[in-house]
Amino acid sequence: MAATPLIEIKNVNFAYGKRPILTGINMSIPRGKVVALMGISGSGKTTLLRLIGGVMRPTSGEVWVNGVCTSRLDTRGIYQMRRSMGMLFQFGALFTDLSVFDNVAFQMREHTGLPESMIRDLVMMKLNAVGLRGAHKLMPSELSGGMARRVALARAIGLDPMIMMYDEPFTGLDPISLGVIANLVRELNDTLGTTSLVVTHDVQEALDVVDYVYYLSDGKMKAHGTPAGMRANTDPLVHQFVNGEAEGPVAYQYPSRDYADDLKMGSRRAA
Amino acid sequence: MQPSPAKHRTLPSVSRIGANAIDTVLRLGYAARFIGLTIAHSGTCLARPRLVVRELYYTGVLSLIIILVSGLFVGMVLGLQGYQTLTTYGSESALGVLVALSLVRELGPVVSALLFASRAGSAMTAEIGLMKATEQLSAMEMMAVDPIARVVAPRFWAGVISMPLLAAMFSAMGVFGGYVIGVVLIGVDEGSFWSQMQSAVDVREDVLNGVIKSFVFGIAVTWIALFEGYDAPPTAEGVSGATTRTVVTSSLAILALDFILTSFMFSAA
Repeated sequence: MAATPLIEIKNVNFAYGKRPILTGINMSIPRGKVVALMGISGSGKTTLLRLIGGVMRPTSGEVWVNGVCTSRLDTRGIYQMRRSMGMLFQFGALFTDLSVFDNVAFQMREHTGLPESMIRDLVMMKLNAVGLRGAHKLMPSELSGGMARRVALARAIGLDPMIMMYDEPFTGLDPISLGVIANLVRELNDTLGTTSLVVTHDVQEALDVVDYVYYLSDGKMKAHGTPAGMRANTDPLVHQFVNGEAEGPVAYQYPSRDYADDLKMGSRRAA
Repeated sequence: MQPSPAKHRTLPSVSRIGANAIDTVLRLGYAARFIGLTIAHSGTCLARPRLVVRELYYTGVLSLIIILVSGLFVGMVLGLQGYQTLTTYGSESALGVLVALSLVRELGPVVSALLFASRAGSAMTAEIGLMKATEQLSAMEMMAVDPIARVVAPRFWAGVISMPLLAAMFSAMGVFGGYVIGVVLIGVDEGSFWSQMQSAVDVREDVLNGVIKSFVFGIAVTWIALFEGYDAPPTAEGVSGATTRTVVTSSLAILALDFILTSFMFSAA
């Protein structure tokens, strides 16, 4: 059992109506590892995350999570599966009408019959893990972006999930908060024994903390390998992405007419 | 396959009417499914009444001020206008009857529902729309908590419960306003004001029918407000549009339903 990957995606296709988003995706995430899913905006990363979370179903192909094919589950089964998943949303998605404490306690109160005194201890432990035990009385509106992200992380690990999913966890953070979150992803994975999937386009931070990288482009899995392997990859697409170069296979310019024509240079010259 | 521009130009209005009709029917279908789901997922509210009590505070208690003040003024205006008209026929002692019947049968349920739609309904739509826009509802779903059961259903029942109570308080406040103007300031006989009111207002015919009306309005306003919020496009523009639609649609729904209910309730006599 230990040898089988926790998440396996087998030949998955997904389309919105007739517009294909993902084609022929194969991917496997071994237990206990931190895996990054990278690609430029609009490459289908978040869609793939939603397929794993059971928010959407693939048009064809199979998504296996912990030995269960999620595409065959009904709503009750999906909800049951999600209890073993934690997800950190791009901007935290904290409940704005609840305090930090109540946000972290939310899942525990919804899904367990634990007494309030035990919930208090658990919440304090989770908040301590992200360094925000002292902020438990604050409201989400009183937190900075980085703090909100950390509270959301504490909330996501509330019930010690088997799988942690991160949707763009580094977006819009200052360099200090960014480093803190990146290290937390790694630390929590190793101390809690979870398996993590990080969807991101912040290359350098991700390459420093993850074990394996999948690179998605135009809905297709273009490359995968270890961080060192990705850095050394000579494929022009991967090279451009990893080094953040403006010019390469992904064009900087939106397709357009000739520059001189757009500035009416041609007609002026003719006049 | 895009239709050719020429074809578009010949039939613009016809195709637009068709598209709008299909869109409206689709939305009605979604709304019907939404209310069905809400009622089917109300088990959580029954098991945890505190969820409903919390929403009762936000929708009911916080609407009290506007309801009470408006009720007072509407009653005072009724007192003034009623006195003016009734003195023409020398029957100003019937002022109590006029004020009470107008309020209990008609103005209480209708005006308080209109106020409720703009005060609590718009707030519900904006709150749920913003929860959706900031991914709070998605986060809840990913935590295996059904947003319909946890967020929508408690608000629905809070709205349905608080509407008749608010209408009753509106009417009571209005009767008091009419009393202040008619008896205290103008000097209509206090005994006939109250005794005629007591004998003319029937509990089943008038009071109960008024309560039924406000109950129906409560369902309509809360349903529209919650559906608009849940269905709002997750952008600033989308949420503001949905909030406006809540107020407009529910106001029209209240007035149309009032006509239908009145024609059934008070035409038999």
